[in-house]
Amino acid sequence: MGLIARAIEAAGVPTLSMSSARDITRSAWPTRSVYLDYPLGHTAGRPNQQELNASIMRDTLSAFESLTEPGAMAHLDYRWSDNDDWKDKVFAPVEPSESAGGSSEYDDDRVARHETPQYQNEDDHAAAALTHDSEECLVCAGIDY
Amino acid sequence: MPTTTQRRQPPVDYIPRITAQYSGLGYGEYRWLESEDAPNWVPLSKPLSESKLGLICTGGIYVAGQTAFHFKDDTSYRTIPTDVDTSDLRATHFAYDLTDARKDINVVFPIEQLRSMIDENALGSVSPNAYTLMGGIYSTRRVVEDLIPALVDRVLADEVDVVLLVPV
Repeated sequence: MGLIARAIEAAGVPTLSMSSARDITRSAWPTRSVYLDYPLGHTAGRPNQQELNASIMRDTLSAFESLTEPGAMAHLDYRWSDNDDWKDKVFAPVEPSESAGGSSEYDDDRVARHETPQYQNEDDHAAAALTHDSEECLVCAGIDY
Repeated sequence: MPTTTQRRQPPVDYIPRITAQYSGLGYGEYRWLESEDAPNWVPLSKPLSESKLGLICTGGIYVAGQTAFHFKDDTSYRTIPTDVDTSDLRATHFAYDLTDARKDINVVFPIEQLRSMIDENALGSVSPNAYTLMGGIYSTRRVVEDLIPALVDRVLADEVDVVLLVPV
């Protein structure tokens, strides 16, 4: 995403990148970024907390006007929980579990990298097939890419 | 002395943790982007309250009826109408816990927050089209040669004043 932000800025449009992985964003070095110290999968907030998430967005967008130096990162003052124990479990090696056949050595949400579309549910698969068959497929029509 | 709020830990260092894990699992080495030059800087042309904002998100988001992303080096993108009913938005991905994104897509695709900013007159408008990506693409060359030119064209055609990027 850092490359995309840099390319858009180079094309003349101001960009701002949200981040919950400070080191990855620093390494990619986009023009403006805002760091929120939440677990991955929560870049913009917490589920069903509209007021909190609106507050996060207000603070995020204010960085468009407060950051003044290329590559600068603002830190938002929100905390995921009263303690930071969740950080100990992120991509941390865990003991092989006997019950899991001893195969899982890591606490990891990652799944296999399939080469076919992965739908959230079968209804979506059927709906996409329908638009595809009726030649309204937004992807195939080149409107998407 | 008992305290209810414990001292904060520093931000998680993801690069060494993920690199160690990939190595432990026998995966190929993922080359993290290390930009060596300072980025370009374009000043805002008008206040945010008058600006049209473009939105680009990774996280594998699609609208029901669209072809979903696949998980291996997918350099395609989806156009999401920003007046979409959020109950029609879906998320699938190989690399993060989707539980909360499926409870409330706004945690990775913050459209309702942006709508409330417009209601508060803090933001001018949101572009009619947002773009979503898969991310986690091993080939930088394919990102640079295929995906980035297409996205830059779309952003310029949309005539947005600023772009917000939301990676996962």
